[in-house]
Amino acid sequence: MVDFNELRKDFPMLNGKIMQKHPLVYFDNAATSLKPYQVINAEMDYYCNYCANEHRGDYDIAHRVDVEYENVRNKVAKFINCESREVVFTSGASMSLNMVAHGYALQNLTADDEILITDAEHASNVLPWFKVAETIHCKIGYIDLDREGRVTIENLKKALNPHVKIVALAQVTNVLGYSIDIKEFAKIIHQNGAIFVVDGAQSVPHMKVDVKDADIDFLAFSGHKMCGPTGIGVLYGKYDLLDKMDPLMTGGGMNTRFDTCGYIGYQYPPLKFEAGTQNIAGVIGLGAAIDYLEKIGMDNIEKREKELKEYAISKLSKLDNIIVYNATSESGIIAFNVKDVFAQDTATLLNSYGVAVRSGNHCAKILNEFLKTDATVRASLYFYNTFEEIDAFVEACKKGGDFLDAYFN
Amino acid sequence: MPISINEMMMREIIMDHYTHPRNRREGDASYKTIYMDSDSCIDKIYVQAKIENGILVDVCFHGVGCAISIASTSIMTELLKGKTISEAENIIKNYLAMIHEEPYDADVLDEAIVFMNTSKQAARIKCATIGFNGMEKLLKGDK
Ligand SMILES: Cc1ncc(COP(=O)(O)O)c(C=O)c1O
Repeated sequence: MVDFNELRKDFPMLNGKIMQKHPLVYFDNAATSLKPYQVINAEMDYYCNYCANEHRGDYDIAHRVDVEYENVRNKVAKFINCESREVVFTSGASMSLNMVAHGYALQNLTADDEILITDAEHASNVLPWFKVAETIHCKIGYIDLDREGRVTIENLKKALNPHVKIVALAQVTNVLGYSIDIKEFAKIIHQNGAIFVVDGAQSVPHMKVDVKDADIDFLAFSGHKMCGPTGIGVLYGKYDLLDKMDPLMTGGGMNTRFDTCGYIGYQYPPLKFEAGTQNIAGVIGLGAAIDYLEKIGMDNIEKREKELKEYAISKLSKLDNIIVYNATSESGIIAFNVKDVFAQDTATLLNSYGVAVRSGNHCAKILNEFLKTDATVRASLYFYNTFEEIDAFVEACKKGGDFLDAYFN
Repeated sequence: MPISINEMMMREIIMDHYTHPRNRREGDASYKTIYMDSDSCIDKIYVQAKIENGILVDVCFHGVGCAISIASTSIMTELLKGKTISEAENIIKNYLAMIHEEPYDADVLDEAIVFMNTSKQAARIKCATIGFNGMEKLLKGDK
């Protein structure tokens, strides 16, 4: 049994932080998660006790940096079940996806090819592909969403055709929080001769993801959404695909040798993709975050979030001034509105009660077809949230109609 | 504007302009247009003015936004309509000073003083100024 209330003591942001005279209720975890001391201290330890560059030095502390840095790569590999040489450190999911788009798609696709995405993807899994299409004039195709806003196997099959070379999907979407069975998807996508790029930004922090078992080709995720530091993320790629991929960035650390006549020898992956001094503190912090999550257990985290989500939905559904758009979604993301109140006004009212949520307007198609609204409020949970916090949030939602209170109380 | 205005009245004025925005319509090609949005909020508003001989003969707006952005832009359109460019600039200057908690002349702001509390919700300062900032930009472009 994990004592989740006890875990809260690890998070400075959860110990007495006040917002608008109320204890902070942090429900914006899909944007970024809070960090435990274990992660903060690991970064501080690097800066205080073995601050040196990686892959560069001939002295003891530099050697220690190399060991710790590569040790985190091994940890990531174990965490998602791949080989260490298949783990590339990036600045986050966005960079990881851009690397696949520019380094792989741009090099290996032609005008005759098609990339499949959906209307529910995050901008970071849309715009890089647009950029590819702009350059090589390939087609961007869309897998239809079902009536709830989900991506289904049936619709995937309908959209697949011999031209499709890449399918890029979020394992868990960031607005509605629906998840897909990546193993099932991978099988069908591979039968079509395409590769499967998985945006794991909203899944990897919340559940066990096994890239070997699912047989996916690329996986992108960010450290900061999983208790890790900002500015660090991962690109997993099957080794033979990474080998075929062009580095976006060139420079120090990624070449073996070069001369001014133009001869260049690149490092093998993953170092080929890590030009220049890396975010060493970020890597060290990410390692501590993985240790932290694994100690709790990804299955326990997933189960906890399910319980919190179900509790929140059951309470919210009793309020007749609240519209929930994704009651059946698997993740801890709740998309909702207070009836007749613009999402941003609800978010401001919740702020005045110390509750941090995010309002957003989303891709027009999702809105019109599924939500029939201009914008929604998103409350997103993580394992350290509590049932009491949900109570406070629901109480604040009840006052939803009096949103100007935020300015006058 | 009455000399003393209480909280209840301020709320009513904001809600009235939010639910019944004034001059919310699209001006034709004779209007100058500025599009305003921001990455810290989800308002998207077009501010428009028709300027003849240095006078704002008409001011209007359209788009989507929260209560504060819609109401403040609505009040702005009423406030600036018929003013000269320099009068308008003076009003905008005083409004922005009020929002940012600096000394300001309440007399020129009329109903717009209902937004004096915006700094309580710092994340909404963008919303309370979206129309005014847009108009400031538009007028600058006209010089
Ligand atoms: C589904 C999804 N993909 C990609 C990203 C981008 O992540 P980052 O901003 O850390 O690069 C996010 C972040 O919100 C996301 O939710």
